[in-house]
Amino acid sequence: MLDVVKIALRNLARFGRRTVLTATLITLGVVAVLLFIGIAGSFKALMIGQFTDGVLGHLEVHRKGYVASIDNLPLNLDMQAALLHKVEEVLDHTKGIEAYSERLKLGAMFSNFTETTNIRINGVDPAKEAATIPLMPGRIVAGDKGPPFLKPGEIVIPKLLAQGLHVKPGDTVVLVATNLQGSVNAKTFVVRSVLDSASGPNGRDGYIDIADARALLRIAQPEANEIAIRLKDPAQLGQVDAQLKRELGSIVNPQGKPMIEVHTWADLSPFAHIVAMLDLLTLFIKIMLVVIVLVSVLNVMIMAVYERIREIGMISAIGTRPGRILSLFVTEGLLLGVGGTALGTAISLGVIWALNLRKIVFDFGMQQGLVLAPSISARNVVTVAAMVILMALLASLQPAWKASRMDPVRALGHV
Amino acid sequence: MSLIRAEALGKTYRTGEVEVPAVRGVDFAIEPRSFVAFVGPSGSGKTTLLNMIGCLDRPTSGKLTVLDTDVATLDRRAAADFRGRHMGFIFQDFNLIPVLSAFENIEYPLIMVQNWPEQKRRAQVTRLLEAVGMAAQAGKRPDQLSGGQKQRVAVARALASNAKLVLADEPTANLDHDTAYRILELMKKMRDDLGTTFVFSTHDPKIMGEAEVLFTLEDGVLRPPQAARKAEAAHA
Repeated sequence: MLDVVKIALRNLARFGRRTVLTATLITLGVVAVLLFIGIAGSFKALMIGQFTDGVLGHLEVHRKGYVASIDNLPLNLDMQAALLHKVEEVLDHTKGIEAYSERLKLGAMFSNFTETTNIRINGVDPAKEAATIPLMPGRIVAGDKGPPFLKPGEIVIPKLLAQGLHVKPGDTVVLVATNLQGSVNAKTFVVRSVLDSASGPNGRDGYIDIADARALLRIAQPEANEIAIRLKDPAQLGQVDAQLKRELGSIVNPQGKPMIEVHTWADLSPFAHIVAMLDLLTLFIKIMLVVIVLVSVLNVMIMAVYERIREIGMISAIGTRPGRILSLFVTEGLLLGVGGTALGTAISLGVIWALNLRKIVFDFGMQQGLVLAPSISARNVVTVAAMVILMALLASLQPAWKASRMDPVRALGHV
Repeated sequence: MSLIRAEALGKTYRTGEVEVPAVRGVDFAIEPRSFVAFVGPSGSGKTTLLNMIGCLDRPTSGKLTVLDTDVATLDRRAAADFRGRHMGFIFQDFNLIPVLSAFENIEYPLIMVQNWPEQKRRAQVTRLLEAVGMAAQAGKRPDQLSGGQKQRVAVARALASNAKLVLADEPTANLDHDTAYRILELMKKMRDDLGTTFVFSTHDPKIMGEAEVLFTLEDGVLRPPQAARKAEAAHA
């Protein structure tokens, strides 16, 4: 086999310019795909991290029907004490969960005593929230970051609100909220800090201690309407999601209907559509690569067979088996694919390494100063390499087959 | 026992509705270790006959036995194996592979056809290069060799796998007369040294006399075999 490879290499070298052009085309295709995967993947991971680690968590648990009306922050869909306890029991024994944070979300009126506006508030346990949403304290742009980032009697307000109502850390404000029974209550808070906005749902919410939220709503028992969950390994999202859906789905009401719903970050964030688009673009670029490899290798191999008809006739005449002739031409196509892939992969890894050295900073929507750290997994490299080599193999099969089936008499007589 | 035996051997090509007989029911026998030429003008059927003997083409009538094998019964792969095992070929245009050196061209059938181990291959190629007087040019590629040198390499390649029969279609057509004679002398020497049967075709009257047995073809019909005489051939 090594001898066949050696002869195939010589044949490729014999048509050097064509070989270099084809290999370059394959190399450029591989570079384009790997760089796109590396950069888009990095952007995707970065943005997903912003959502999961800065706002949403990897998963969220709600009372059935809550997410459908989440814009209204309904209080009639709270998980009350007994139900909340059952859910927490499940979460406590589920492997793969690193932390979770109960939230009591409510809509309130926010007043600085001269102006009033609406605000969405998350009542949270600061320690649990910081463990579940580790980037959240990092969004604080003014005031004390903690830890803890929040104490009872304090409020963390979104930047837009602080700017609009000219409120700064240390100011006293008042929240007015209506509870489930329609009773209005007000409570004063000291502004602890100002929070930078984040893209997506909950990105412009304020935070108070969950005990303060219960007091504001006059809820005596522990209650929550949202539980954010952080996983030990985000790659386990699908498995943990399925497990929680199975286990929490078994909590049913007297009518036998499930009481709890589980959503992944992708179910809740519009960014999931951008992720889907990125995945689609990646697929499209992979298809382009397949076409490039197919067309270029097919073209070069058809030419190789056409230009060497007499030679094929000779090697056939001296007794070379058709399979051996086939293997010779397929090896030439494969070597083009392997060479182009190896070079393309080396260049891509070099560029990714250089990009990481440069630390490219960019803004995305409200997010500023994001650092792009492109990376590519071995799995992706192997997948792209296998795809290119397979295409090179397929593209060279037809011309190779034609060569192997050539009638030696006609081939020897070819002018 | 004849090495090659043809009985009422015929080959007719069909082009659309038109049938063109190239060889018309010829009978002949070729003995081992002989040095045989098929002669005749262009279109007389020499190449067709050689192609059939070399299992490159199939007869349409009659019987052709080569090395006790009815070659008409061989399928494509079996024919390739048969050629690889028993035959060598020398072509008018040399048909050396341009990217390979003289050494590698001779080695080629041993790799691609015979699959010999490297050491055995190298010994065989070295021996043949010396035998055809090309040892000094072993590393040269075809474009660095003269026509005569290329044909010497082709002779060595034909003999590389210890072929019992070497078929040469107009092996001297692209060579000047001196070189042509030297190539035929070389082929004869190889026959004497190795016991290989050489069958070649030519339409050049000046070299017909080098053959020990002449078969003359005219319009696909064979005249009775004759012992060649240089003088006769030269005046033909």
